[in-house]
Amino acid sequence: MNMRVPSASPATPNGTTRPQVSIVIVGHVDHGKSTLVGRLLHETGSLPDGKLEMLQAVSARRGMPFEWSFLLDALQTERDQGITIDTTQIRFRTNAREVVLIDAPGHAEFLRNMITGASQADGAVLIIDALEGVRDQTRRHGYLLHLLGVKQVAVVVNKMDRVDFGQARFDEIKTEISAHLEGLGVKPVAVIPISARDGDGVAKHTSRIGWYKGPTVVEALDGLEPAKPLSSLPLRLPVQAIYKFDDRRIVAGRVEAGELKTGDEIVIMPAGKIAKIKSVEGWPQTPVTTPQGAGRSVGITLDRELFIERGDVIAHVGREPQAARRLHARIFWLHDQPLSKGDSILVRLGTREARGAVVAIDKAVDPGSLSNEETAAIARNHVGEIEIALTQPVAVDPYTENARTGRLVIEVQGRIAGGGLVLTVDAGKRASPVDIMPVESALQPQERADRYRHKGAVVWMTGLPGAGKSTLARALERRLFSRGGAPVLLDGDTLRAGLNKDLGFTPDDRAENIRRLAEVATHLARNGHIAIVAAVSPARDDRATARRVAGELFREVHVATPAEICESRDPKGHYAKARAGNLQNFTGIGTDYEPPLDAELVIDTATRGIADATDELETLLSKTGVLFDDIADLGANI
Amino acid sequence: MDHLDQLEAQSIYILREAFARLKKLALLWSLGKDSNVMIWLARKAFFGRVPFPAMHVDTAKKFPEMYAFRDTYAQEWGLDLKIEPCPPIDAVDPTLPPAARSAARKTEGLKMALAKHGFDGLIAGIRRDEEATRAKERVFSPRGAEGNWDVRDQPPEFWDHFNASPPQGAHLRIHPILHWTEADIWAYTARENIPIIPLYLSKNGKRYRSLGDQDITFPVASNASTIPEILAELESTKVPERAGRALDHETEDAFERLRVAGYL
Repeated sequence: MNMRVPSASPATPNGTTRPQVSIVIVGHVDHGKSTLVGRLLHETGSLPDGKLEMLQAVSARRGMPFEWSFLLDALQTERDQGITIDTTQIRFRTNAREVVLIDAPGHAEFLRNMITGASQADGAVLIIDALEGVRDQTRRHGYLLHLLGVKQVAVVVNKMDRVDFGQARFDEIKTEISAHLEGLGVKPVAVIPISARDGDGVAKHTSRIGWYKGPTVVEALDGLEPAKPLSSLPLRLPVQAIYKFDDRRIVAGRVEAGELKTGDEIVIMPAGKIAKIKSVEGWPQTPVTTPQGAGRSVGITLDRELFIERGDVIAHVGREPQAARRLHARIFWLHDQPLSKGDSILVRLGTREARGAVVAIDKAVDPGSLSNEETAAIARNHVGEIEIALTQPVAVDPYTENARTGRLVIEVQGRIAGGGLVLTVDAGKRASPVDIMPVESALQPQERADRYRHKGAVVWMTGLPGAGKSTLARALERRLFSRGGAPVLLDGDTLRAGLNKDLGFTPDDRAENIRRLAEVATHLARNGHIAIVAAVSPARDDRATARRVAGELFREVHVATPAEICESRDPKGHYAKARAGNLQNFTGIGTDYEPPLDAELVIDTATRGIADATDELETLLSKTGVLFDDIADLGANI
Repeated sequence: MDHLDQLEAQSIYILREAFARLKKLALLWSLGKDSNVMIWLARKAFFGRVPFPAMHVDTAKKFPEMYAFRDTYAQEWGLDLKIEPCPPIDAVDPTLPPAARSAARKTEGLKMALAKHGFDGLIAGIRRDEEATRAKERVFSPRGAEGNWDVRDQPPEFWDHFNASPPQGAHLRIHPILHWTEADIWAYTARENIPIIPLYLSKNGKRYRSLGDQDITFPVASNASTIPEILAELESTKVPERAGRALDHETEDAFERLRVAGYL
């Protein structure tokens, strides 16, 4: 539908002299949303030629009286069922605003569509039937507007013709809804009595509601302000991707708050690595020299090669978001299965995807009812407050500090199941970081390096079971030790017997297993050891986590022995068991091993002898600055 | 940031999300004004190059000017162009009205192309203001294994978080310019100096507002022979953009039936 009205005042060539605002109309089913929309389009002269007549003709053909809501019932299926099932967007103009009108369904069944529509809105019109008054869906929508961050709400009391335009009834409803909304921190911009069907109060005052002196619906829309980008807040650039299409390494993302420019000192959270913005890249013109503010999609290069990945957040030094594993959030829940304590969830915060678990449900209520029932789970279409423990730290702000980086969504089985606001970060039962006082080593890194003649490193060997990881790791350990070094072997299975014995082989447990391996290995490496990790570590994401934990200490080695050779070796008898169906979640015979895309070294033990392969590992370490030159030279003479 | 800057930044964000979260993407290039803007936006998003194929599902009934445009700019823009054929009309649902049936060849061609390449994401240049059923679309819109659209069971989508996990064998449609209007497209085309097919400009009192197959697309009366004139015309017209697309007007629900079956 191209619903544009001829402009009353001259417009710029792109037709945007008026500020554009997005409005959502919400409220209980059958309280008259679609009728109000139809009437608004008519009153503002926004209907395409012939549309009204066409629908009147269709109604006549079907033997039904014409209803304004037919204008919106564009889908055949909707007309059959008699309810608006999804979000529709229609544009029209008032004197002062270019309005994008989002019609959201009132039927409880379709709350996810209401949320989809309302989340895009700058302002909302909450509609209430004068006869029926405030109903459960009225309250629920009011509550959701607050959770979705829609602050400008106009209330219209519709169907005033059915209560004889009585002021007393209007005042009663006004008092009730104002109290509900103000309890949520939302102050209505206006409460307007109307009859959408007859047009009273929509674009003009009529004598039937002569007692009402406030704005009409159209006037209330004129007063709504478009959302403003958060330019004045501290910089937040969630990383969407790293592009290496040419010799530039471009970090891409959208500035959610603040602004950035070339030369800025930045910190990459949650790891806390520091760098400078070398350039701001663009196309067709590059580099971009003007500061890039909130709302811009940008690409930057940094002055040094750091490990940085999708989900990291770039901020200015000293004004960074918090790094947290534990969040307290107020959420709405849309999934059929209630959200319960102990549930494993996937959380999306900006561009970060993090696994975690619900460790506590502090509150669970039906926002439609007036009672504050407390239950152990948050049911579909209900809201609540929860504690989330994540398997990895994430960069996050409380929503009171940044409305865009302080909100999250929860995914279940690949589908968005809920969302909400981050109330506090790291609050709760676990000791907060201020209580943890890491004690530094008594030794300087250089003292260890002088003795061992190498720096600390994490050599991460990944590959299929039977690929030769442990054999190689042991050979490297022996080689380094014989040169006076301080290697430590961390075998995945060995650690599973102790530190990680509480973990199984589900994807979540595997992720946690790898995270712990990475933490231990990194601790050793920071203290001057070369930690040699031998672990299948099949998931690319998990290895990315390990790389993030270890940072520049990390060296990934893919032991890429062909699968059939691995299976024929079967040193632990696992392949045979798995083939016989006696080993669940075994990586090897399935297809769940994700080979590295950018390992520092790839070794195929089917074609390389152990000594040869160990030489290669040693060369890698010496070339990347871990082993000091004299060691490498000694190696060359043997 | 002005209005066009905001639209551009949002579209770039969507394109980058699609590229980050899906394994095998293609951009559907219909050669029209909208998909040309989309390619331009992709080049901005990825700093000059489009890192996935541009696919033209060819009904073999387009205007000669469209084919000339395709061949020139596929090369100039360095696109990885994939041209995929559509089956003959006999292979298409005979209960559809004639123009819709003709257009449905493209749906079938699309299904064949999906099966051939195994794309899990198709980037399409539809807009909410074009047509009522498109207004109901999500930015990331899941399709069934048969390419069908289940309008009743669309997942929630908010705060620029997208559902990007299509079920096995299914794919996603990604709509980076869903929030643009026809006037936005023209204003941006003019600002960025993006090439267009001359059929959009008035010749002898007529021009095409929307380009499709030659036999089911008709020009509208217009004297707009430059983009500023088109924009001025859009300010005052109440004629819908797709008025010249026969398939929209045969029966009340023809277009919706096409879309549910997987049409764009």
